[in-house]
Amino acid sequence: MGLTGIFLITFLIVHMGINACMWAAVYFPDDHGEMFNKAANFMGSMVLIRIIEVGLFLFIFLHIIQGYMLTVYNRSKRAVGYAVDYGSKGSKWYSRSMGLLGTLILLFLIIHWLHFWIPSRFTGVEEVEYSGVKMHNMFALMQTTFQQLWVVILYVLGCISLGYHLAHGFQSAFKTLGVHNKRYQIMLSGLGYGFSIVVPFVFAMMPISMYLGWVK
Amino acid sequence: MEHYNMSLNLKVWRQNNSRDKGYFEDYKVDGISSEMSFLEMFDVLNERLITEGKEPIAFDHDCREGICGMCSMYINGKPHGPWKSNTVCQLHMRAYKDGDTIVVEPWRANAFPVIKDLMVDRSAFDRIVQAGGYISVNTGNAVDGNSMPIEKDKADASFAAAMCIGCGACVAACKNSSAMLFLSAKVAHLALLPQGEPERKKRVVSMVAQMDKEGFGACTNTGACEATCPKDISLSNIARLNQEYLIASLTADK
Repeated sequence: MGLTGIFLITFLIVHMGINACMWAAVYFPDDHGEMFNKAANFMGSMVLIRIIEVGLFLFIFLHIIQGYMLTVYNRSKRAVGYAVDYGSKGSKWYSRSMGLLGTLILLFLIIHWLHFWIPSRFTGVEEVEYSGVKMHNMFALMQTTFQQLWVVILYVLGCISLGYHLAHGFQSAFKTLGVHNKRYQIMLSGLGYGFSIVVPFVFAMMPISMYLGWVK
Repeated sequence: MEHYNMSLNLKVWRQNNSRDKGYFEDYKVDGISSEMSFLEMFDVLNERLITEGKEPIAFDHDCREGICGMCSMYINGKPHGPWKSNTVCQLHMRAYKDGDTIVVEPWRANAFPVIKDLMVDRSAFDRIVQAGGYISVNTGNAVDGNSMPIEKDKADASFAAAMCIGCGACVAACKNSSAMLFLSAKVAHLALLPQGEPERKKRVVSMVAQMDKEGFGACTNTGACEATCPKDISLSNIARLNQEYLIASLTADK
Protein backbone atom coordinates (compact mmCIF):
# COMPACT_ATOMS: atom_id res chain seq x y z
CA MET A 1 0.00 0.00 0.00
CA GLY A 2 2.80 2.39 0.94
CA LEU A 3 4.74 2.00 -2.29
CA THR A 4 1.71 2.35 -4.59
CA GLY A 5 0.48 5.23 -2.42
CA ILE A 6 3.74 7.17 -2.80
CA PHE A 7 3.62 6.66 -6.58
CA LEU A 8 0.08 8.03 -6.67
CA ILE A 9 1.13 10.99 -4.49
CA THR A 10 3.83 11.79 -7.08
CA PHE A 11 1.24 11.55 -9.85
CA LEU A 12 -1.02 14.02 -8.00
CA ILE A 13 1.76 16.62 -8.08
CA VAL A 14 2.17 16.24 -11.87
CA HIS A 15 -1.61 16.24 -12.46
CA MET A 16 -2.03 19.35 -10.32
CA GLY A 17 0.82 21.13 -12.10
CA ILE A 18 -0.64 20.48 -15.57
CA ASN A 19 -4.17 21.43 -14.54
CA ALA A 20 -2.96 24.62 -12.86
CA CYS A 21 -2.09 25.88 -16.38
CA MET A 22 -5.80 26.63 -16.75
CA TRP A 23 -5.33 29.70 -14.55
CA ALA A 24 -3.07 31.21 -17.22
CA ALA A 25 -6.37 32.33 -18.74
CA VAL A 26 -6.89 34.60 -15.69
CA TYR A 27 -3.57 36.43 -16.13
CA PHE A 28 -3.34 36.46 -19.94
CA PRO A 29 -6.66 37.64 -21.43
CA ASP A 30 -5.79 36.26 -24.89
CA ASP A 31 -4.89 32.79 -23.55
CA HIS A 32 -8.44 31.28 -23.55
CA GLY A 33 -7.04 27.97 -22.31
CA GLU A 34 -4.17 27.77 -24.82
CA MET A 35 -1.49 27.03 -22.22
CA PHE A 36 -3.68 24.38 -20.59
CA ASN A 37 -4.51 22.73 -23.92
CA LYS A 38 -0.87 22.71 -24.98
CA ALA A 39 0.21 21.21 -21.66
CA ALA A 40 -2.51 18.53 -21.90
CA ASN A 41 -1.53 17.82 -25.51
CA PHE A 42 2.14 17.56 -24.52
CA MET A 43 1.25 14.97 -21.87
CA GLY A 44 -0.98 13.03 -24.27
CA SER A 45 1.41 12.98 -27.21
CA MET A 46 4.64 11.85 -25.55
CA VAL A 47 5.34 8.13 -25.89
CA LEU A 48 7.16 7.96 -22.53
CA ILE A 49 4.22 9.53 -20.72
CA ARG A 50 1.78 7.13 -22.41
CA ILE A 51 3.91 4.24 -21.12
CA ILE A 52 3.92 5.77 -17.62
CA GLU A 53 0.13 6.12 -17.96
CA VAL A 54 -0.15 2.35 -18.25
CA GLY A 55 1.96 2.05 -15.09
CA LEU A 56 -0.25 4.63 -13.41
CA PHE A 57 -3.42 2.63 -14.07
CA LEU A 58 -1.65 -0.50 -12.91
CA PHE A 59 -0.68 1.23 -9.63
CA ILE A 60 -4.17 2.67 -9.17
CA PHE A 61 -5.76 -0.77 -9.54
CA LEU A 62 -3.08 -2.38 -7.37
CA HIS A 63 -3.73 0.23 -4.68
CA ILE A 64 -7.50 -0.36 -4.88
CA ILE A 65 -7.20 -4.15 -4.82
CA GLN A 66 -4.65 -4.09 -1.98
CA GLY A 67 -6.87 -1.68 -0.05
CA TYR A 68 -9.98 -3.85 -0.32
CA MET A 69 -8.03 -7.05 0.42
CA LEU A 70 -6.51 -5.41 3.51
CA THR A 71 -9.90 -4.15 4.71
CA VAL A 72 -11.56 -7.57 4.30
CA TYR A 73 -8.56 -9.36 5.85
CA ASN A 74 -8.47 -7.08 8.89
CA ARG A 75 -12.24 -7.18 9.44
CA SER A 76 -12.11 -10.97 9.50
CA LYS A 77 -9.73 -10.94 12.48
CA ARG A 78 -12.36 -10.04 15.08
CA ALA A 79 -15.37 -12.33 14.74
CA VAL A 80 -16.99 -11.08 17.97
CA GLY A 81 -17.02 -7.31 18.41
CA TYR A 82 -17.13 -5.18 21.55
CA ALA A 83 -20.31 -4.02 23.23
CA VAL A 84 -18.63 -0.68 23.97
CA ASP A 85 -16.57 0.51 21.01
CA TYR A 86 -12.98 1.68 21.50
CA GLY A 87 -13.84 4.78 19.49
CA SER A 88 -11.40 7.57 18.75
CA LYS A 89 -8.90 7.13 21.58
CA GLY A 90 -5.47 7.77 20.07
CA SER A 91 -6.56 7.59 16.45
CA LYS A 92 -8.21 9.99 14.02
CA TRP A 93 -11.51 9.04 12.35
CA TYR A 94 -9.99 9.31 8.90
CA SER A 95 -7.16 6.90 9.79
CA ARG A 96 -9.84 4.34 10.70
CA SER A 97 -11.91 5.09 7.57
CA MET A 98 -9.36 4.69 4.77
CA GLY A 99 -11.48 2.01 3.07
CA LEU A 100 -14.55 4.25 3.02
CA LEU A 101 -12.58 7.32 1.90
CA GLY A 102 -10.86 5.24 -0.78
CA THR A 103 -14.25 4.03 -2.05
CA LEU A 104 -15.53 7.61 -2.27
CA ILE A 105 -12.39 8.58 -4.20
CA LEU A 106 -12.90 5.60 -6.53
CA LEU A 107 -16.50 6.65 -7.25
CA PHE A 108 -15.27 10.18 -7.91
CA LEU A 109 -12.51 8.83 -10.16
CA ILE A 110 -15.00 6.85 -12.28
CA ILE A 111 -17.04 10.02 -12.87
CA HIS A 112 -13.83 11.99 -13.52
CA TRP A 113 -12.69 9.43 -16.11
CA LEU A 114 -16.11 9.51 -17.79
CA HIS A 115 -15.93 13.32 -17.95
CA PHE A 116 -12.40 13.72 -19.30
CA TRP A 117 -10.27 10.63 -19.87
CA ILE A 118 -12.77 8.56 -21.90
CA PRO A 119 -13.67 11.44 -24.29
CA SER A 120 -10.01 12.34 -24.69
CA ARG A 121 -8.91 8.80 -25.50
CA PHE A 122 -11.93 7.15 -27.10
CA THR A 123 -15.13 9.09 -27.81
CA GLY A 124 -13.50 12.29 -29.07
CA VAL A 125 -13.23 15.92 -28.02
CA GLU A 126 -13.77 19.10 -30.06
CA GLU A 127 -10.45 20.22 -31.57
CA VAL A 128 -8.64 23.54 -31.55
CA GLU A 129 -5.68 24.71 -33.65
CA TYR A 130 -2.62 26.58 -32.34
CA SER A 131 0.14 27.56 -34.84
CA GLY A 132 -1.07 24.93 -37.29
CA VAL A 133 -1.15 22.11 -34.71
CA LYS A 134 -4.53 20.53 -33.99
CA MET A 135 -5.25 19.31 -30.50
CA HIS A 136 -8.13 18.47 -28.12
CA ASN A 137 -9.82 21.51 -26.62
CA MET A 138 -9.82 20.11 -23.09
CA PHE A 139 -10.25 23.61 -21.73
CA ALA A 140 -13.61 23.96 -23.50
CA LEU A 141 -14.62 20.52 -22.23
CA MET A 142 -13.81 21.63 -18.67
CA GLN A 143 -15.84 24.82 -19.13
CA THR A 144 -18.86 22.83 -20.35
CA THR A 145 -18.55 20.16 -17.65
CA PHE A 146 -18.19 22.62 -14.80
CA GLN A 147 -21.24 24.68 -15.74
CA GLN A 148 -23.38 22.21 -13.79
CA LEU A 149 -23.54 22.89 -10.07
CA TRP A 150 -23.98 19.23 -9.08
CA VAL A 151 -20.76 18.33 -10.90
CA VAL A 152 -18.86 21.09 -9.08
CA ILE A 153 -20.24 19.92 -5.72
CA LEU A 154 -19.31 16.32 -6.58
CA TYR A 155 -15.75 17.32 -7.46
CA VAL A 156 -15.37 19.35 -4.25
CA LEU A 157 -16.62 16.37 -2.20
CA GLY A 158 -14.17 14.14 -4.08
CA CYS A 159 -11.35 16.54 -3.19
CA ILE A 160 -12.38 16.58 0.50
CA SER A 161 -12.29 12.74 0.53
CA LEU A 162 -8.87 12.87 -1.11
CA GLY A 163 -7.65 15.36 1.51
CA TYR A 164 -8.62 13.15 4.45
CA HIS A 165 -7.28 10.04 2.67
CA LEU A 166 -3.94 11.80 2.21
CA ALA A 167 -3.89 13.17 5.78
CA HIS A 168 -3.37 9.62 7.01
CA GLY A 169 -2.02 7.94 3.89
CA PHE A 170 0.93 10.26 3.29
CA GLN A 171 2.65 9.72 6.65
CA SER A 172 1.49 6.10 6.96
CA ALA A 173 3.11 5.22 3.62
CA PHE A 174 6.52 6.31 4.86
CA LYS A 175 6.08 4.43 8.16
CA THR A 176 5.21 1.30 6.16
CA LEU A 177 8.46 1.72 4.26
CA GLY A 178 10.35 1.87 7.54
CA VAL A 179 11.03 5.57 8.20
CA HIS A 180 11.40 5.61 11.98
CA ASN A 181 13.80 8.49 12.53
CA LYS A 182 11.99 10.91 14.87
CA ARG A 183 13.13 14.03 12.98
CA TYR A 184 11.99 12.67 9.61
CA GLN A 185 8.74 11.38 11.06
CA ILE A 186 7.89 14.86 12.37
CA MET A 187 8.93 16.41 9.05
CA LEU A 188 6.92 13.90 7.00
CA SER A 189 3.93 14.31 9.27
CA GLY A 190 3.97 18.11 8.74
CA LEU A 191 4.57 17.68 5.02
CA GLY A 192 1.72 15.16 4.83
CA TYR A 193 -0.79 17.46 6.51
CA GLY A 194 0.36 20.36 4.30
CA PHE A 195 0.07 18.20 1.17
CA SER A 196 -3.36 16.90 2.18
CA ILE A 197 -4.66 20.47 2.50
CA VAL A 198 -2.91 22.24 -0.42
CA VAL A 199 -3.31 19.64 -3.18
CA PRO A 200 -7.05 18.93 -2.72
CA PHE A 201 -7.65 22.68 -2.26
CA VAL A 202 -5.95 23.49 -5.59
CA PHE A 203 -7.88 20.69 -7.32
CA ALA A 204 -11.18 21.87 -5.78
CA MET A 205 -10.56 25.44 -6.93
CA MET A 206 -10.49 24.29 -10.58
CA PRO A 207 -14.21 23.46 -10.96
CA ILE A 208 -15.12 26.28 -8.58
CA SER A 209 -13.25 28.92 -10.60
CA MET A 210 -14.73 27.58 -13.84
CA TYR A 211 -18.28 27.61 -12.43
CA LEU A 212 -17.94 31.11 -11.02
CA GLY A 213 -16.53 32.38 -14.31
CA TRP A 214 -13.14 33.42 -12.92
CA VAL A 215 -11.52 31.51 -15.79
CA LYS A 216 -12.78 32.23 -19.31
CA MET B 1 -7.34 11.99 48.56
CA GLU B 2 -10.63 11.62 50.38
CA HIS B 3 -11.85 8.07 50.92
CA TYR B 4 -15.42 7.14 49.99
CA ASN B 5 -17.55 4.04 49.49
CA MET B 6 -19.64 3.41 46.43
CA SER B 7 -22.22 1.13 44.87
CA LEU B 8 -21.67 0.12 41.27
CA ASN B 9 -23.62 -1.55 38.48
CA LEU B 10 -21.47 -4.05 36.62
CA LYS B 11 -22.16 -5.63 33.25
CA VAL B 12 -19.72 -8.51 33.02
CA TRP B 13 -19.14 -10.88 30.10
CA ARG B 14 -19.78 -14.50 31.10
CA GLN B 15 -18.75 -17.38 28.87
CA ASN B 16 -18.22 -20.99 29.88
CA ASN B 17 -15.62 -21.86 27.25
CA SER B 18 -14.38 -20.92 23.78
CA ARG B 19 -17.29 -22.71 22.10
CA ASP B 20 -19.95 -21.08 24.27
CA LYS B 21 -21.77 -18.05 22.85
CA GLY B 22 -21.45 -15.94 26.00
CA TYR B 23 -23.64 -13.19 27.44
CA PHE B 24 -23.55 -10.14 29.70
CA GLU B 25 -24.65 -10.58 33.30
CA ASP B 26 -25.59 -7.62 35.52
CA TYR B 27 -24.25 -7.36 39.08
CA LYS B 28 -24.76 -4.72 41.71
CA VAL B 29 -21.85 -4.37 44.11
CA ASP B 30 -22.09 -2.32 47.31
CA GLY B 31 -19.60 -1.00 49.82
CA ILE B 32 -16.72 -0.68 47.35
CA SER B 33 -13.90 1.42 48.77
CA SER B 34 -12.32 4.11 46.59
CA GLU B 35 -8.96 2.75 47.77
CA MET B 36 -9.53 -0.72 46.33
CA SER B 37 -8.00 -1.75 43.05
CA PHE B 38 -10.31 -2.79 40.23
CA LEU B 39 -9.29 -6.43 40.68
CA GLU B 40 -9.98 -6.23 44.43
CA MET B 41 -13.48 -5.07 43.56
CA PHE B 42 -13.80 -8.26 41.47
CA ASP B 43 -12.42 -10.27 44.43
CA VAL B 44 -15.21 -8.83 46.60
CA LEU B 45 -17.81 -9.75 43.99
CA ASN B 46 -16.38 -13.25 43.56
CA GLU B 47 -16.39 -13.85 47.34
CA ARG B 48 -20.06 -13.00 47.33
CA LEU B 49 -20.79 -15.24 44.33
CA ILE B 50 -18.99 -18.16 46.01
CA THR B 51 -20.95 -17.58 49.24
CA GLU B 52 -24.16 -17.59 47.21
CA GLY B 53 -23.11 -20.88 45.60
CA LYS B 54 -22.67 -19.31 42.17
CA GLU B 55 -19.82 -19.60 39.69
CA PRO B 56 -17.19 -16.87 40.33
CA ILE B 57 -16.03 -14.71 37.41
CA ALA B 58 -12.81 -16.00 35.86
CA PHE B 59 -10.21 -13.31 35.14
CA ASP B 60 -6.45 -13.29 34.62
CA HIS B 61 -4.10 -11.73 37.18
CA ASP B 62 -0.75 -12.43 38.75
CA CYS B 63 1.65 -9.81 40.12
CA ARG B 64 -0.93 -7.04 40.70
CA GLU B 65 2.00 -4.61 40.40
CA GLY B 66 1.54 -3.68 36.74
CA ILE B 67 4.54 -5.61 35.46
CA CYS B 68 3.48 -9.15 34.58
CA GLY B 69 1.01 -8.42 31.79
CA MET B 70 -1.55 -10.97 32.94
CA CYS B 71 -4.53 -8.75 33.72
CA SER B 72 -6.63 -8.14 30.66
CA MET B 73 -10.01 -6.48 30.99
CA TYR B 74 -11.66 -4.24 28.43
CA ILE B 75 -13.44 -1.69 30.60
CA ASN B 76 -16.04 0.73 29.23
CA GLY B 77 -14.49 0.61 25.77
CA LYS B 78 -10.81 0.71 26.70
CA PRO B 79 -8.28 -2.01 27.50
CA HIS B 80 -7.09 -1.67 31.12
CA GLY B 81 -9.69 1.00 31.91
CA PRO B 82 -9.75 4.79 31.78
CA TRP B 83 -6.32 5.71 33.12
CA LYS B 84 -3.41 6.30 30.75
CA SER B 85 -0.26 4.14 30.92
CA ASN B 86 -1.91 1.81 33.39
CA THR B 87 -2.85 -1.84 33.86
CA VAL B 88 -6.15 -3.05 35.32
CA CYS B 89 -4.47 -4.18 38.52
CA GLN B 90 -3.18 -0.65 39.06
CA LEU B 91 -6.55 0.92 38.28
CA HIS B 92 -8.14 2.10 41.50
CA MET B 93 -11.78 2.55 42.27
CA ARG B 94 -11.31 6.29 42.84
CA ALA B 95 -11.57 6.43 39.04
CA TYR B 96 -15.32 5.85 39.54
CA LYS B 97 -18.13 7.43 41.49
CA ASP B 98 -21.15 6.08 43.30
CA GLY B 99 -23.81 4.72 40.94
CA ASP B 100 -21.54 4.30 37.91
CA THR B 101 -22.22 1.53 35.40
CA ILE B 102 -19.13 -0.35 34.23
CA VAL B 103 -19.09 -2.72 31.24
CA VAL B 104 -16.32 -5.33 31.43
CA GLU B 105 -15.43 -7.45 28.40
CA PRO B 106 -12.55 -9.78 27.51
CA TRP B 107 -9.97 -8.89 24.81
CA ARG B 108 -11.70 -9.44 21.47
CA ALA B 109 -9.59 -10.97 18.67
CA ASN B 110 -9.74 -14.28 16.83
CA ALA B 111 -6.11 -14.88 17.84
CA PHE B 112 -7.12 -14.50 21.52
CA PRO B 113 -9.97 -17.01 22.00
CA VAL B 114 -11.91 -16.72 25.23
CA ILE B 115 -11.02 -19.47 27.70
CA LYS B 116 -13.63 -18.52 30.26
CA ASP B 117 -15.45 -15.26 31.13
CA LEU B 118 -12.77 -12.54 31.01
CA MET B 119 -9.80 -14.86 30.46
CA VAL B 120 -8.38 -15.15 26.95
CA ASP B 121 -5.73 -17.45 25.54
CA ARG B 122 -2.69 -15.29 24.73
CA SER B 123 -0.32 -18.18 24.00
CA ALA B 124 -0.08 -16.82 20.41
CA PHE B 125 2.28 -14.19 21.89
CA ASP B 126 4.42 -16.94 23.43
CA ARG B 127 4.70 -18.69 20.07
CA ILE B 128 5.70 -15.43 18.36
CA VAL B 129 8.49 -14.96 20.91
CA GLN B 130 9.53 -18.61 20.53
CA ALA B 131 9.85 -18.03 16.78
CA GLY B 132 12.74 -15.62 17.23
CA GLY B 133 12.54 -13.37 20.30
CA TYR B 134 15.76 -14.67 21.83
CA ILE B 135 19.54 -14.34 21.54
CA SER B 136 22.20 -17.04 21.50
CA VAL B 137 24.73 -16.72 24.32
CA ASN B 138 27.47 -18.95 25.67
CA THR B 139 26.68 -20.45 29.03
CA GLY B 140 29.04 -19.93 31.94
CA ASN B 141 29.73 -16.96 34.16
CA ALA B 142 27.84 -13.74 33.55
CA VAL B 143 29.76 -11.40 31.25
CA ASP B 144 31.05 -8.15 32.75
CA GLY B 145 28.48 -5.42 32.10
CA ASN B 146 31.07 -3.02 30.71
CA SER B 147 32.73 -5.47 28.32
CA MET B 148 30.45 -4.49 25.45
CA PRO B 149 29.95 -0.72 25.17
CA ILE B 150 26.49 0.30 23.95
CA GLU B 151 25.48 3.84 22.93
CA LYS B 152 23.28 5.47 25.55
CA ASP B 153 20.58 6.42 22.99
CA LYS B 154 20.35 2.86 21.72
CA ALA B 155 20.36 1.38 25.21
CA ASP B 156 17.53 3.74 26.21
CA ALA B 157 15.47 2.95 23.07
CA SER B 158 16.03 -0.77 23.58
CA PHE B 159 14.99 -0.51 27.23
CA ALA B 160 11.87 1.46 26.29
CA ALA B 161 10.89 -1.31 23.83
CA ALA B 162 11.75 -4.02 26.39
CA MET B 163 9.16 -2.45 28.73
CA CYS B 164 6.46 -4.33 26.77
CA ILE B 165 4.77 -6.76 29.17
CA GLY B 166 2.93 -8.66 26.41
CA CYS B 167 -0.51 -8.01 27.86
CA GLY B 168 -2.20 -7.79 24.44
CA ALA B 169 -3.94 -4.44 25.02
CA CYS B 170 -2.55 -3.28 21.65
CA VAL B 171 -4.38 -6.12 19.89
CA ALA B 172 -7.55 -5.46 21.90
CA ALA B 173 -7.57 -1.76 21.00
CA CYS B 174 -6.60 -2.12 17.34
CA LYS B 175 -9.52 -2.10 14.89
CA ASN B 176 -7.56 -4.66 12.86
CA SER B 177 -6.63 -6.88 15.85
CA SER B 178 -3.02 -6.37 14.83
CA ALA B 179 -0.14 -7.48 17.06
CA MET B 180 2.38 -5.19 15.38
CA LEU B 181 3.07 -3.01 18.43
CA PHE B 182 3.88 -6.08 20.54
CA LEU B 183 6.00 -7.64 17.81
CA SER B 184 7.78 -4.38 17.02
CA ALA B 185 8.71 -3.96 20.69
CA LYS B 186 10.17 -7.47 20.82
CA VAL B 187 12.09 -7.02 17.56
CA ALA B 188 13.33 -3.46 18.30
CA HIS B 189 14.44 -4.41 21.81
CA LEU B 190 16.94 -6.94 20.41
CA ALA B 191 17.73 -5.27 17.06
CA LEU B 192 19.10 -2.22 18.88
CA LEU B 193 21.63 -4.22 20.89
CA PRO B 194 24.84 -5.93 19.71
CA GLN B 195 23.67 -9.10 21.48
CA GLY B 196 20.74 -9.27 19.07
CA GLU B 197 22.89 -8.95 15.94
CA PRO B 198 23.63 -12.66 15.14
CA GLU B 199 19.95 -13.63 14.64
CA ARG B 200 18.77 -10.18 13.54
CA LYS B 201 17.47 -11.03 10.05
CA LYS B 202 16.20 -14.51 10.85
CA ARG B 203 14.43 -13.19 13.93
CA VAL B 204 12.27 -10.59 12.23
CA VAL B 205 11.30 -12.81 9.28
CA SER B 206 10.38 -15.75 11.56
CA MET B 207 8.47 -13.64 14.07
CA VAL B 208 6.42 -11.86 11.37
CA ALA B 209 5.62 -15.23 9.74
CA GLN B 210 4.49 -16.60 13.10
CA MET B 211 2.35 -13.50 13.77
CA ASP B 212 0.58 -13.96 10.43
CA LYS B 213 0.10 -17.66 11.16
CA GLU B 214 -1.54 -16.87 14.50
CA GLY B 215 -4.29 -14.90 12.75
CA PHE B 216 -3.61 -11.31 13.79
CA GLY B 217 -4.60 -8.49 11.44
CA ALA B 218 -2.33 -6.15 9.52
CA CYS B 219 -1.22 -2.74 10.82
CA THR B 220 -2.66 0.43 9.27
CA ASN B 221 -0.79 2.87 11.55
CA THR B 222 -3.90 4.33 13.24
CA GLY B 223 -2.14 4.76 16.60
CA ALA B 224 -4.88 3.25 18.82
CA CYS B 225 -2.39 0.69 20.17
CA GLU B 226 0.11 3.30 21.32
CA ALA B 227 -2.64 5.28 23.06
CA THR B 228 -3.79 2.31 25.13
CA CYS B 229 -0.42 0.65 25.87
CA PRO B 230 0.16 0.51 29.63
CA LYS B 231 3.91 0.75 29.04
CA ASP B 232 3.83 3.56 26.44
CA ILE B 233 5.48 1.50 23.70
CA SER B 234 6.04 3.93 20.84
CA LEU B 235 4.44 3.55 17.41
CA SER B 236 7.84 4.36 15.87
CA ASN B 237 8.86 0.80 16.82
CA ILE B 238 6.43 -0.41 14.14
CA ALA B 239 8.22 1.70 11.50
CA ARG B 240 11.52 0.25 12.77
CA LEU B 241 10.06 -3.26 12.47
CA ASN B 242 8.99 -2.48 8.88
CA GLN B 243 12.54 -1.37 8.07
CA GLU B 244 14.03 -4.47 9.73
CA TYR B 245 11.60 -6.72 7.85
CA LEU B 246 12.19 -5.04 4.48
CA ILE B 247 15.97 -5.31 4.74
CA ALA B 248 15.86 -8.85 6.15
CA SER B 249 13.44 -10.08 3.45
CA LEU B 250 15.65 -8.70 0.70
CA THR B 251 19.02 -9.72 2.10
CA ALA B 252 18.55 -12.76 4.37
CA ASP B 253 20.39 -15.88 3.18
CA LYS B 254 17.20 -17.94 3.25
